[in-house]
Amino acid sequence: MVSLPAESPQASDHASRGRPVTRLERRSRWRWHEILFWLAVASCPLVVPDDLVLASQVLIAGLFALSLDLLLGYGGIVSLGHAAFFGVGAYAAGLLARHGWGEPISGLLLSGALAGLLGFALSFIIVRVRGIALLMVTLGVSLVLHEAAVKGYAVTGGDDGLQGIVLDPLLGLFPMDMWGRTAFGYSLAVAFAGFLLARRLVSSPFGLALQGMRENGRRMAAIGAPLRRHSALIYTVSAALAGVAGALLTQTTEFVSVEVLGFQRSAEVLIMLILGGAGHLYGAFIGAAVFMIVRDQLAAANPEYWFFWLGLMLVLVVLFARGGIIGGIATIAAHFRKGGSR
Amino acid sequence: MTAALATPALATDGLSVNFGALLATQNVSLDLPAGARHALIGPNGAGKTTLINLLTGLLRPSGGEIRLHGATITHASPAERVRRGLVRTFQINSLFPALTPLESVTLAVCERRGLTRSWLSRLSRRTDAIDEALALLDRLGLGPDAERPTRELAYGRQRLVEIALALACEPRVLLLDEPAAGVPARESAELFEVIAGLPRDLAILFIEHDMDLVFRFADRITVLVGGQVLCHGTPAEIAENPEVRRVYLGSSGHG
Repeated sequence: MVSLPAESPQASDHASRGRPVTRLERRSRWRWHEILFWLAVASCPLVVPDDLVLASQVLIAGLFALSLDLLLGYGGIVSLGHAAFFGVGAYAAGLLARHGWGEPISGLLLSGALAGLLGFALSFIIVRVRGIALLMVTLGVSLVLHEAAVKGYAVTGGDDGLQGIVLDPLLGLFPMDMWGRTAFGYSLAVAFAGFLLARRLVSSPFGLALQGMRENGRRMAAIGAPLRRHSALIYTVSAALAGVAGALLTQTTEFVSVEVLGFQRSAEVLIMLILGGAGHLYGAFIGAAVFMIVRDQLAAANPEYWFFWLGLMLVLVVLFARGGIIGGIATIAAHFRKGGSR
Repeated sequence: MTAALATPALATDGLSVNFGALLATQNVSLDLPAGARHALIGPNGAGKTTLINLLTGLLRPSGGEIRLHGATITHASPAERVRRGLVRTFQINSLFPALTPLESVTLAVCERRGLTRSWLSRLSRRTDAIDEALALLDRLGLGPDAERPTRELAYGRQRLVEIALALACEPRVLLLDEPAAGVPARESAELFEVIAGLPRDLAILFIEHDMDLVFRFADRITVLVGGQVLCHGTPAEIAENPEVRRVYLGSSGHG
């Protein structure tokens, strides 16, 4: 290392530091299990070629849960109405495609931007309230939007859903196909891009401020942090990401149901995140996968009864695996490491 | 003496606040020159912490004025006061439990430098901010604990993190609300040695119940009783003051 020329960024980093690299600095490096995770996801068309539709749905739900993880897991800001942003993105993508804007990628970005705009606007109300009041405000906003979508039949198709959505082939080359191969590739690319953005955000100085807000808002004010500005930024980014997830659902299914704005969707995304483990990014995808695969299996076996098992699973995870599935795995791994060193 | 030298680092003029009928702070006027080591003492419920909360903007005064280096900050937001150099610590630890001291102090450094606006750059590349945080932690003897979660640290170490967080804001006036609260006697003397070693141009207002520490480290003392200033003075003057003795003999319940 010493013989490296001073121009090499790594060598000069070490020279200027004159100290060991801190864990804080190492934290944002890619680790092997992260690469394994994404390779495993990308291998779905080879491993489970018949379940690509479900796999796409998992990725979309995972991206949606990821957007909530930024807000809740990192920022400590609770929301019971996150479906508002998902739904706005879903309807925006549907209406764009229905009215002639069939190009998927620009439609996706526009829909995300629109949801982000709504998030930015709402952040001014949201920074004024906390706790139960915040739960009620977020719930209230999503209920208002849901009812507006039901009543606005002429625009949204109301309870019948928005139909007649036709998309151009992706990149002008790949039309959506029956087996969901294009949908899967598209969902994977978008979910991975969203993940990269979230990962960069949480390892930025702002990401550290976000964790400070979660840990102690009062102290953040006492060290001079602009809390309103921080809240507005994270709300906007989270809403935009949720909107992209909603738009992705519309574009891959070519249909919008009014339940994209429903309370159940807000509740489910919260369950997925808590199940997987909030504040780790990966918990969002793992929670979404477990939730949707279990629902798929149980609903096939017994459509009436599956909420029972879901509820039981949730209670057990919250009671015995603090930090969700990821937290549980980390605890077990730490135990083994301790045991092994003795 | 020039006007600039005469301008106190922190001054209050007739500062008052009431909670309903309770007059928590009445007509308090204080002057802290640059470099002051000013102790605020008084029996429990005298309104010491209330005064700190007024100074930092956590409470809105019902009357009076607060000036920082001559500029009125009576209605400035808490964050604005911090940016202008008026920083506090808390009587009961108010830290970031899951973050390490290094993360916490780096966060405070980043906030001060406006780096937290950046959400697409890597924190790990901001070695200057991390270096500054490490140097500050080393200066306070927190180096060995820099990368352990704050909640796992011994209580006395956590009290030091309280001070480190405030110092990372580069205060010109530092308000220490019972910095040694809950710390064993031997360690509290060490803690005050750290405080005594802070830069001389920094004005410090501290609340402390241990009179030995107060008389050792303060150059001026204000005695607060029932939300009002009983008297100001040097440690010698306060020790001689019969009124102060009466108040303290009448309430021997605290250290």
